[in-house]
Amino acid sequence: MENRELVCVACPLGCPITVTFDADGNVATITGNTCKRGDAYARTEVTNPTRMLTTTVKVEGGKSYVVPVKSANPIPKGMMMECMKVINEASVKAPVNIGDVVIENILGTGVDIIATNYAD
Amino acid sequence: MLNYDLVVVGGGPAGMAAALKAKENGIDSIIVLERAETLGGILEQCIHTGFGLHYFGEELSGPEYAGRFMKMLEGTDIDVKVDTMVLDVADDNVVTAVNKKDGLLKIQAKAVVLAMGCRERPRGALSIAGSRCSGIMTAGTAQKYVNIDGYMPGHEVVILGSGDIGLIMARRMTLEGAKVKMVCELMPYSGGLTRNIVQCLDDFGIPLKLSCTVVATHGKDRLEGVTIAKVDERLQPIPGTEEYVSCDTLMLSVGLIPENELSKNSGLQLDNITNGPRVDEYRETEHAGVFACGNVLQVHDLVDYVTEESQIAGLGAAKFIKGEKVTGECVYTKGINGVRYIVPQRINHDTDADVKLYFRVGAVFNNAKIIVECDGKEILSKKKVKLCPGEMEYVTLKQSVIKELPVNAEITVRVEA
Repeated sequence: MENRELVCVACPLGCPITVTFDADGNVATITGNTCKRGDAYARTEVTNPTRMLTTTVKVEGGKSYVVPVKSANPIPKGMMMECMKVINEASVKAPVNIGDVVIENILGTGVDIIATNYAD
Repeated sequence: MLNYDLVVVGGGPAGMAAALKAKENGIDSIIVLERAETLGGILEQCIHTGFGLHYFGEELSGPEYAGRFMKMLEGTDIDVKVDTMVLDVADDNVVTAVNKKDGLLKIQAKAVVLAMGCRERPRGALSIAGSRCSGIMTAGTAQKYVNIDGYMPGHEVVILGSGDIGLIMARRMTLEGAKVKMVCELMPYSGGLTRNIVQCLDDFGIPLKLSCTVVATHGKDRLEGVTIAKVDERLQPIPGTEEYVSCDTLMLSVGLIPENELSKNSGLQLDNITNGPRVDEYRETEHAGVFACGNVLQVHDLVDYVTEESQIAGLGAAKFIKGEKVTGECVYTKGINGVRYIVPQRINHDTDADVKLYFRVGAVFNNAKIIVECDGKEILSKKKVKLCPGEMEYVTLKQSVIKELPVNAEITVRVEA
């Protein structure tokens, strides 16, 4: 398997990291990081990269047009666009509070989509 | 005429933190005046996460970060007036404001905190050739359209400027189904945080074109395309490198300007580099009792740093109101050799605490040393693996070190590559 070159996003330093793999495709070495967090980031990034998803959901029956939402935890990076489709078809009734669950367990990821602002 | 100990102009993260800190330090009558319909400032439309990592130790979205401070404000007797526009801050600390309910307000304050934030550099500042068709807007305006008003301003997007707002909007527009064709950056490096380049551009395969700018826009009623070109070391477009890119939207993320109309009208001189007032270690401007903090003072990368700075200003204002603030002879700071500016610009010689000097560098440096000197003598130095213009840096001067310096001395900060 080829080496993977990454830029760490754990902090603003942005260390260039190289990940090498053994014959079975498992992580062999991680070099270039200057701290433990870089190691952890690189491991997740090459095995199951995840990202926080933030967007908005339509509000019905209120003054606000939309309310901002986020995934309560990071979701698999490859599922972001699919999740967006589900979120864009959803709507929520005013009033909404910070932390309200707008969509439960989106696409079976085990992650809820929750409101990050008030809407009335 | 109303009377308050402290009037805070602006209810964004800076104003809220300053008001709360003053309250904590024993100031009874405080009012926050906010121009918009709600508190929170620009955080209300910054729905992405990444706020609060330093201050709260958690990764929050903008509205969540602002929401925490709003909750804290609600728990106090600090007065808040939203939908209220401050028109003037006079020499004697009389603040004139206007709103629909009260009409014209005059407030006598013992101290004032200026926390008006900043605004985006507009298209007019760039002199790009082309008509005034629709589809050309700042990235922040587009962010409001999408995140607050809930509609898409376009489908095929080119972004000029790789500041953080531009990068964030590249991802936002892509998630909402638009095609972001490229981000063009005039400089040979991005002005945004590396993590944003990775998460907002690389994740979606959006190209970042460095040393590249938009030289013309095309279209009469609606934008139809732009002409981009490479630039030389003097940032001038190189003839023959022009390329046509079709798009219906051009977003500009080309810098932020502290919103200092009130400061200027009140006679405050602005720092040439920061475009903010010149302040001492408690963020007191050259007018006694008038403090400034947040993006009106210097543009910050992280709201956490805005909060930290505003707490310093809030504490300073509280000390001033109680007659406890040190004011007298100063030492002065100056950035040289790669250091563009320093905040604060002056430090009271008899200051009562250690002082952090905040600054930005003018270029990217690897394995560099920051050296602080006074009268040719090194006061302290700090090694840095990486320094770049997009990240604010600081060094801490000990109170005991400041006391040893001659009055009126100049402290310089420089980079040794």
